[in-house]
Amino acid sequence: MIRFSHVHKLFARTGAALQDVSFQVNKGEFVFITGPSGAGKSTILKLCFFDERPSQGEVKVYGTSSATYREADVPKLRRRLGVVFQDFRLLEDRNVEANVAFALEVTGTPSTQIGPRVMRLLSQVGLSAKATALPRELSGGEQQRVAVARALANDPVALIADEPTGNLDERATRGIFQLFRDINASGTAVLMATHDLDLVRRSGCRTIEVNRGQVVFDSAADGGFRTSGASPEVETDE
Amino acid sequence: MRLAIREALLAFRRAPMLSALSITTIAFSLFAFGLFGLVALNIRNALRTVEDRVEIRAFIADGTGTEATAAALGDIGAFPEAASVRLVTQTQALDRARRELGEFSDVFEEGILPASIEVRLKPGFRDPATVRAVAKRIEVYDFIDDIRFGEEWVEKLHRLRNIATLAGVALGLTFAIVAIIIIGSTIRMAVMARSREISIMRLVGATNGFIRAPFLIEGFLKGTLGGMLALVLAWVALAVINRFVVQASFFEPWMEAGGVLAGASIGLVGSALSVGRHLRRV
Ligand SMILES: Nc1ncnc2c1ncn2[C@@H]1O[C@H](COP(=O)(O)OP(=O)(O)O)[C@@H](O)[C@H]1O
Ligand SMILES: [Mg+2]
Repeated sequence: MIRFSHVHKLFARTGAALQDVSFQVNKGEFVFITGPSGAGKSTILKLCFFDERPSQGEVKVYGTSSATYREADVPKLRRRLGVVFQDFRLLEDRNVEANVAFALEVTGTPSTQIGPRVMRLLSQVGLSAKATALPRELSGGEQQRVAVARALANDPVALIADEPTGNLDERATRGIFQLFRDINASGTAVLMATHDLDLVRRSGCRTIEVNRGQVVFDSAADGGFRTSGASPEVETDE
Repeated sequence: MRLAIREALLAFRRAPMLSALSITTIAFSLFAFGLFGLVALNIRNALRTVEDRVEIRAFIADGTGTEATAAALGDIGAFPEAASVRLVTQTQALDRARRELGEFSDVFEEGILPASIEVRLKPGFRDPATVRAVAKRIEVYDFIDDIRFGEEWVEKLHRLRNIATLAGVALGLTFAIVAIIIIGSTIRMAVMARSREISIMRLVGATNGFIRAPFLIEGFLKGTLGGMLALVLAWVALAVINRFVVQASFFEPWMEAGGVLAGASIGLVGSALSVGRHLRRV
């Protein structure tokens, strides 16, 4: 699980990006992080996979604490997390298969296991038929599925997604979101930043809303919205 | 590991010019070192044979009594540096001169050549400084007219060897530094070319060692190739010298191995010095 305790993040050039952020994500939970652009969503996610360190406070992710970790702990932690971004971040010169296999190769998976595992991941995201296609030959939704397959390669306990549907049309967005639900249903926690309020509202998942670097609303903490449909606080923004 | 080696080899293909440049500068570094090393080596060999023949000749003034000479012979024989001491009488000196000069033998008359004391030194006491010191101690006998010990050219050879060694080290080091700088910039380019891959590697949890390995292997391979190239260059240089100048000898096998190893180290150090710095920026 993921726990933020009074986290502050200061950037030298832009000042305070996060102020006194505290929340907890439990095992197997599905959590949205919403808020306007520049609110600090990406910064929160970066802190989760230790791409950034808090200036103050503590981030603890699956046993690795920002207060006590060593450099060597970071790769270990990242193997337990899957990360996807708005811009997919695929290797353009490699086909779908190779992009997924890459995550296994560079984490030392025995080569005999890589092939079957890649096939299983591609079928999980519904891309078995496109294994030998290059990223540029795929639609946005398909590219994001490749990125998700890669993120799932090392069997993560949590999937961290920074506006994964930001570049996708309505249909593709729904497809990716359904994929996330399926992944979540099999026990993987999902932490997803988005400003797609329709999606958030319809899902009825827990929502943490940030604005100007502060948590202004957490449906779990405020007690209530986990299963109900809409959240009025979300509506007031954007 | 296999992946790392594959990546390292790929780097040669990505930047063939820079790779060739790094290999060549490493090779020049070691070649410069090796060439002067060869000179030093051969001078040392020459010195060894010359030093085997190092002897001090103290010429005895005419009319010196045999007792004084004998006493001096005993004293000198007791020097810790002395291997052997011998008296060459006037007659013996003449005989030797006649033998050595053959047909001109009758130019010498009885008594024209002085008697002398010949001192050979033990191995390890044949360097110019010791020889001179021993000669000084022999010179104190007042019946010694003149003393010779081939000082000039022994000293010259020694000086030449030192200069060759120094020049080799200085030039070799300069090239080594240039090689390290070039390797550094090759790595910067390689890191930039692969920055996307590297950031994804980090994202999915590749270790730092794993990310570095291809760059270190690349440096090591370049260094090894540079070392081998240097060896070939030195060998060609030697062949030319042998043919047109003097018969010279080549390195011992362990020195050759050392040269290649030195190349590998330059490559490895060059990579290690810069890879961390450049990776941090990705
Ligand atoms: N690497 C960085 N250096 C300086 N400022 C940054 C950096 N990353 C984010 N920020 C700043 O932090 C604030 C929050 O950014 P971000 O977390 O990306 O917001 P969001 O993802 O919600 O749009 C912004 O004001 C942004 O300018
Ligand atoms: Mg963002």
